[in-house]
Amino acid sequence: MKPGSLYLDGVSVVFDGFRALNSLSLIIEPGELRAIIGPNGAGKTTMMDIITGKTRPTEGTVSFGDHDLTKLDEAAIANLGIGRKFQKPTVFDALTVFENLELALQAPRDPWSCLRWGLGQEARRRIEAVLAEIGLSERARDRAAILSHGQRQWLEIGMLLMQDPQLLLVDEPVAGMTDQETEHTAALLRRIAGSRSVVVVEHDLEFVRALGQKVTVLCEGSVLSEGSIDHVQSDPRVIEVYLGR
Amino acid sequence: MSATVTGAPRLRPSRALILRGLLLAGLALLALLPVLNRMPAESALYVSDFVVSVSGKWICYAVLALAIDLAWGYAGILSLGHGAFFALGGYAMGMHLMRLIGPRGVYGNPVLPDFMVFLGWKELPWYWWGFSSFPFALLMALVVPGLLAGVVGYLAFRSRITGVYFSIITQAMTYALMLAFFRNDMGFGGNNGFTDFKELLGLPLNTAEARAALFYAALAVLAGALWLCRHITRSKLGRVLVAVRDAESRVRFLGYDTTQVKLAVFVLSAMLAGLAGALYVPLIGIINPGEFSPGNSIEAVIWVAVGGRGTLVGALLGAFTVNAAKTWLTSFAPDLWLFVLGGLFVAVTLFLPRGLVGLLRKDDSR
Repeated sequence: MKPGSLYLDGVSVVFDGFRALNSLSLIIEPGELRAIIGPNGAGKTTMMDIITGKTRPTEGTVSFGDHDLTKLDEAAIANLGIGRKFQKPTVFDALTVFENLELALQAPRDPWSCLRWGLGQEARRRIEAVLAEIGLSERARDRAAILSHGQRQWLEIGMLLMQDPQLLLVDEPVAGMTDQETEHTAALLRRIAGSRSVVVVEHDLEFVRALGQKVTVLCEGSVLSEGSIDHVQSDPRVIEVYLGR
Repeated sequence: MSATVTGAPRLRPSRALILRGLLLAGLALLALLPVLNRMPAESALYVSDFVVSVSGKWICYAVLALAIDLAWGYAGILSLGHGAFFALGGYAMGMHLMRLIGPRGVYGNPVLPDFMVFLGWKELPWYWWGFSSFPFALLMALVVPGLLAGVVGYLAFRSRITGVYFSIITQAMTYALMLAFFRNDMGFGGNNGFTDFKELLGLPLNTAEARAALFYAALAVLAGALWLCRHITRSKLGRVLVAVRDAESRVRFLGYDTTQVKLAVFVLSAMLAGLAGALYVPLIGIINPGEFSPGNSIEAVIWVAVGGRGTLVGALLGAFTVNAAKTWLTSFAPDLWLFVLGGLFVAVTLFLPRGLVGLLRKDDSR
């Protein structure tokens, strides 16, 4: 198994007789950017829960590099370098953009170390690099409370980047964003991928098109179609269950 | 972006300066009081003994307010039992003062305080051992409140008890301690507590010199506490506290042990409150179980709310203004005070959520 690749094989999850995932198989290569789409109830969120250890599969294999994710708890999986951005952004309003990123930086977390913490050159460079990556350099000294919805989402993505994940799971990042913010987010995710893998779950097809990468369509807990956005949009099965409604 | 970017928020310098100036001017003015007390009584600048001892008391209250603000204003831990930590610190110092009375008590017993002779006790209980030493008593004024806060905090934070439930637990804690200290057989003087102190560190109490010395000691402790709290709140730990206050689960998700963080700040806050109590008792000359009454703790929280929680200046401002108002009002209408206090709390909550400081500081929402 290649280090940094995510591998799901024959994964099923059954809740009280309901099959949320039905023999789902999926491979995400290192550095890949993948969009996952599908109608409500297709199993997108359950798939994220399986990868992050929040839910255990009833059967099947889930591995990240050489690690069997079905045997690890949420904290251990996070420490492997799998970060997840939830739909609702939770940044610290009373702190500045810079301070939000500083809290997410890898450093000793106990109260005494926090009291004695001084911002070194390397830490500052790291924070400034992420600020530039998420496009918030100009807002570094502003409180998170006054950011727009889109900027708060980017800050949250930035906080995940501070933890240097190898795989980033992003849940509906552009819900509620303006067109311009959506475009900016697509560019941001394209930039982030490459040095790490990114899996995006999204409803917005324009956004998925803007990502310009391989798309996986889920339906009833398994993969219905896979390929470029043009390919899946012209797939008759996809049109029937999802696009044609 | 320039290379000088730091994490610090943009402030309106004029307002921050006004606040800092007010604070320094206030402290400087306070420091003058014992000097003015020595002026001839007919001088226009003369300040009475009463003013000196009352402002000394307020300084102790200001330290207590800082302690509450650190836990509540920054870390979001609303303790309604900080009066208990204050009283425990006071009792520790009171025990030392009682031991120093020696044979000058009514019964003339060189070892046992009067109330123990009165109860027919033959020897000093073990928990009074060591209190003849000033450093030991001072240490206990920090350690006992710290230990109590450690146990209560550990049990509560570990079980993720927060918000109003934690507040109720701390109210119950101070109430239970009040009932316990009222009992004569606890060995802390029961209903009457401790009084009739004679001296401290070789200095006879009830003299102008002692008053001035205690006053300056309290002022020095206030300055030290202010420095300590400022150091903490400006560090990354301070930012973690604010983050815990606003979104604790998110902080946990970032990998911080929030139980440990909250416990550390709660214990430190309790120790600061204990130190305030230890200064308070020799200044006013008495300590009794009334200091544990739940109302005291609530009143101290109201000082912080009125001044402006989450800012250290606010805690000081609140402690001084509310107590000044109390001293002024109770001199002619003592029955009104509780209504005014309650009304003040409601008014501040509704109209000034960031307290008096919020009037001056629009920008800084910490």
